[in-house]
Amino acid sequence: MSRLPLEGIRIADFSWAWAGPYATLLLAFMGAEVIKIETSKRPDHTRLRALSTGPGATDPDLSPIFNDLNLNKMAITLDLAHPKALVLVKKMISISDVVIENFRPGVMGRLGLAYDVLRQIRPDIVMLSSSSLGAEGAESKYAGYAPIFAAHGGLAYLTGYPEARPVPLMGSSDLRSAATSAFAILTALYHRAQTGEGQHIDLSSVETISVLIGDAILDYIMNSRVPIRKGNRDEIMAPHNCYPCKGKDKWVSIAIATEDEWQSFCAALGNPPWAREEKFCDAYRRWQNQEELDRLIGEWTSNYTHYEVMEMLQQVGVAAIPSFDGTELFQNPHLKERGFATEVTHPKIGRRVVLAPPWKFSDTPARVSQRGPLLGEHNEYIYGDLLGIPEAEITQMEEEGVFY
Amino acid sequence: MARGYVIKRKEQTSKTALAGVKVLEYAQLAAGPYCTKLLADLGAEVIKIEPPRVGDEARRREPFLNDIPHPERSGFFFYLNTNKLSITLNINTTTGRKIFKELVKECDILVEDNPPRAMKDLSLDYASLQIINPRLIMTSITPFGQYGPYRDYKAYHLNTYHGSGVAKILASILPEETPMPTKGPGFLGEYDGGLNASTATMAALYTRLFTGRGQHIDISKQESLIATERVEIDMFGNNERGSTVWLQYMAGGLQRCKDGYVMITLGGKHHWDGLIKLLGNPDWAQDEKYEEEINTYLHAQEINKHIAEWMINQTKEEVYHRAQALNCPAGMVTTVEDLVASEQLKARGFFADVEHPELGKFKCPTASYRFSKTPMRLDHPAPLLGEHNEEILIKRLGYTPEELAQMRGAGII
Repeated sequence: MSRLPLEGIRIADFSWAWAGPYATLLLAFMGAEVIKIETSKRPDHTRLRALSTGPGATDPDLSPIFNDLNLNKMAITLDLAHPKALVLVKKMISISDVVIENFRPGVMGRLGLAYDVLRQIRPDIVMLSSSSLGAEGAESKYAGYAPIFAAHGGLAYLTGYPEARPVPLMGSSDLRSAATSAFAILTALYHRAQTGEGQHIDLSSVETISVLIGDAILDYIMNSRVPIRKGNRDEIMAPHNCYPCKGKDKWVSIAIATEDEWQSFCAALGNPPWAREEKFCDAYRRWQNQEELDRLIGEWTSNYTHYEVMEMLQQVGVAAIPSFDGTELFQNPHLKERGFATEVTHPKIGRRVVLAPPWKFSDTPARVSQRGPLLGEHNEYIYGDLLGIPEAEITQMEEEGVFY
Repeated sequence: MARGYVIKRKEQTSKTALAGVKVLEYAQLAAGPYCTKLLADLGAEVIKIEPPRVGDEARRREPFLNDIPHPERSGFFFYLNTNKLSITLNINTTTGRKIFKELVKECDILVEDNPPRAMKDLSLDYASLQIINPRLIMTSITPFGQYGPYRDYKAYHLNTYHGSGVAKILASILPEETPMPTKGPGFLGEYDGGLNASTATMAALYTRLFTGRGQHIDISKQESLIATERVEIDMFGNNERGSTVWLQYMAGGLQRCKDGYVMITLGGKHHWDGLIKLLGNPDWAQDEKYEEEINTYLHAQEINKHIAEWMINQTKEEVYHRAQALNCPAGMVTTVEDLVASEQLKARGFFADVEHPELGKFKCPTASYRFSKTPMRLDHPAPLLGEHNEEILIKRLGYTPEELAQMRGAGII
């Protein structure tokens, strides 16, 4: 088997919910050994909390969302509040390369696990702390979840239609924050490999969202303009929208950037008389009259399925792609050929389809190798085999509730 | 063209994580340039190859200073190209390709966003370039990736966004009056593709330290976007209904205030208690039936009606701070004006002072991470078109000023 990109990297993962675990999921896809530290008192959010699983979850090993965000990882239980836990954690840190956590700023310190402590144990440790608003500033202790990141980061205000309310997106804001964390950790690991130096990274989830609208922010800074949401519309291109197709709630997206594309588009439509009218004669007029243009195009697209429109227009070099729903993605021949999803078997959940890693490496391919761990599944291996704690001690600590 | 303009370069005061890493960028607009911007801001040297005369398409995208379109006055281009060097090169010419290959030979990473067929036709695909530089990491960012039935399909941001399914997923929480699926704002999905590519590129760079080998990374913008809703999309693969369907049954959520909106998301009982305190312990909230609401989601509609009645008389900033003080997770729905005014962002140093010969002095967003040892830098502005032709072609590659003049005349640079 070929090498994985992060072979040999061990991560002590104190994170929970979505924003932390998705970061280590990405790194686990790349071959990092991720050890997830949970406590039975307060297992990962996504195991039981209604916020992720919906109401009524009682078995921490039955959550599909937990599984999907924690593939390829190991999991141990440890009561961090127990006096004996700290020694174990420190032992683990001493053989780890990365520590990640997404508690509120200050919590790791209270647990005796601040970066300054950890680097005494392991000088070249890379530690990433992910929080809503970062570790500094008056609002640093404020709490947040994905929809709050989207709202407070400025994305929600710009999403949706101008005449309707803003749209706070969904879980994607957590995953965007997590993807940023994964990138930051990799950069720090590269620096460490070059220099032997570890460091602490303080990441703000809200800011991971704000950097994605840098151009809108600069519009305000440069021109005092406050941009608002504009649906599918573009600043320059028209047509640039979704158009109704045959079937219930089926849409195709069409975008035209050049005069050549416009001519090809008109030809594909059979050169209807309206396309020759002066109000659609150039890009500027089309943009000005796009509402009427959209209506006319919609009349044409509604005669076909979204796949048919895509094929007809792509054939002549016009950008047209259906607005796929979740189910259609899994039936899509292109995505299937690229192996965008795979399957794992979980002892309690059964067979489960999960998305594959979002990159294709030619030499060191990332992969899904293992289902998500059960609560405390790897206690024996980590405490016994990896940390080398004698069996008698483990039994005693178990009785004392250290591993609860 | 403002050729020969010399920007005074500040001395880099601290070390950077990617010092010594050489990146070549042959990409336009947002995805590729954002990928290399992330690397440049952390210390990599990025040489950006732009088409002669017109440059990167982003130069023709707003916002423009004072709304006057000008290739050196696009805030969009500026933001995506900080800390980079720019050369112009027409790779459709033999000489252009020769220079391209000379640059490939010297670099660690090539990031490009051209149609797979175009690179192959020019013999600039990975198989060809790898022969020149076996340590080359080549990251290709395209709408649908390097293989598969859609690989040659044309798609702009609107199309990849919709083609990834995330627009339809978002549609499940759109207001009833606007049911048509909508794309994410601006170039959101392009940024996602760029970030996803930078992560893979860093992994390849890291692993090259041990293998000594480069590799080709195939990034599909469609799959990068799918990944941003991984949890939700997995549900569809297993014939389950979406998870965030629960959002609409949850107390709190998006709430309208006197001067805008706030977002409230409750994760546990203590958050619920905080919310009720925020509302001033109203009588309706004392009803026993709400005690388990945080786990049952049975009464969100009536609760949200109560919240809405109270909220409409409040300002978003007040609600935000008071809710948080009471341990109720809340955020404002911020406008870009709110972001620029944010004390928290100021305290974090989110905005840096930058200076550019055409744009003047202004504040620019930096990054979401603070590295304790290798901070990100914003010490060089985005380059002018072809600003570094002389530096790269004469000083590095050894062409003479005369040759450069000839190449300029021939439309090669």
